[in-house]
Amino acid sequence: MFSILAAKPKSSARNKTGSWRSTKMPRLLKKECINCGLCKFVCPEGCISGSEKNQYSVDSEYCKGCGLCAYICPKKDIEMIENKPEKSNSSEEAEKDKGVGK
Amino acid sequence: MNKQHLEENYYVCGHTACAGCGQSMAVRIVMNAAGKNTIVTNATGCLEVFSTKAPESAFGVPWIHSLFENAAALASGVETALAYQGKKENINVIAQAGDGGTADIGLQALSGMLERGHDALFVCYDNEAYMNTGIQRSGSTPFNASTTTSPSGKISAGNPRPKKPMVEICAAHHIPYSATSSVANPKDIEIKVKKALKIKGPKYLQIHVPCPLGWRIDSSKTIEVAKLAVSTGLYPLVEYEYGKLAKSRKISSPKPVSEYLKAQGRFRHLLKNEEALAGVQKVADKNIEYYGLK
Repeated sequence: MFSILAAKPKSSARNKTGSWRSTKMPRLLKKECINCGLCKFVCPEGCISGSEKNQYSVDSEYCKGCGLCAYICPKKDIEMIENKPEKSNSSEEAEKDKGVGK
Repeated sequence: MNKQHLEENYYVCGHTACAGCGQSMAVRIVMNAAGKNTIVTNATGCLEVFSTKAPESAFGVPWIHSLFENAAALASGVETALAYQGKKENINVIAQAGDGGTADIGLQALSGMLERGHDALFVCYDNEAYMNTGIQRSGSTPFNASTTTSPSGKISAGNPRPKKPMVEICAAHHIPYSATSSVANPKDIEIKVKKALKIKGPKYLQIHVPCPLGWRIDSSKTIEVAKLAVSTGLYPLVEYEYGKLAKSRKISSPKPVSEYLKAQGRFRHLLKNEEALAGVQKVADKNIEYYGLK
C-alpha cells in the first residue's frame, strides 16, 4: 500500500545533463593554470575535476555550459568555445549527443 | 564521471538546476564544507525540486524533505533524537531553505528552532523571490524589483516594500551566530559554514544566490552580479554574535546602485525612472550607514 519514498545517495549522476548545453562550452587551455582550484570550486554542476597544475578537466557529459569557470579563472586560462560534442566521447555517446534537441 | 570525484563531493552532478544556478553552486560549497557526518533537512523550493527528482538524489549525505514550512522543525527533531541517543557530538544538523521557506512560510519553525536552542545550522539560500513557482514576490524580494506578482508598469515601480531583515530577526533571538554570505566570494561561504558548525547552539546563515532565470541575467554573470550587490551596499556581508554586530565586510568606495541594477532584467525599468532609482540608492546608503560598511 505504501512505497518507501527514498532514493540512493548520489543517484542523480545517471542524468547526463550535458545535453542541455546550447551555445557555448568551456575549453581548458592548460597553459597558465596555477592550481587554485576555483573553477572546480564554483562549478554549479561539479563536473570539473583535477588537483594538479594544467591537469584539470571538464566532464562534457554533465557541463551545462554556463561559463562561470571561465569568469572566475584568475589567469583567464579557460575560454568558452562553440558547443560541440567532444572527441573523447565514445562514438556511441557522441551519436547520442548529436540527436539531443533536434 | 570520474569515480574519485563522485567520492569527494557530497552534492554531485546530474541535478536539474538551470545553467549558472547560484544556489546549486552554494549548496555544493556548503555540503563539502560540512562533510560526511551531516544530516540535512530541506524545505520545499527550487533546491528540493532540482536536487532530488524522484527516484534520484544528488546528495551524498542523509537528506529529508517533509513540508514547505518545517525544515527547521524537522532539524530540531533530528537534533533532539541524536542528542537523546548520545550521538550529537560528531554529527552536524543542517536545515536548508530558500528565501520563501525562511522569511515567509518557514519563519515560525525557524524562530522556534532558534528559541529552543537546538544545535543546528539553518542555511537560507536567498534568491529574492519564489523562483520555483514562477518568480513571485517573497518577503525577501528587494525594494522596487519587478516580479510576476509585483510587476513594474505605469503605476508601480515593482515591489513596494523593503527586504525583510532576516539576519537581524535571527540575531534578535540572541543566538551565537547569525551571518550573511554571498556567492560573490565563494570562499567566504566555506569559511562561514565551517565557523558556524564549530559553534554549539542554533546558527543562521543567509547566502545571496543570484538566479539567472528570475533576475533575467546571463548564466555566466551569476558571480559578477553578486559581486555588484556587495560592492554597492545592497547586500551587506555581516556577522552577528549573540545579538551584536561582530563583523562586517567593508566597502571602501561603494559603487552607485545603477551598476547593479542595469545588469538585471528585473530592475531594468528603474533606469528610466529617476525617482525609483533614488529610492534604491537610499536603501544602499542606509545599509552602509547602519552596518558601518565604510
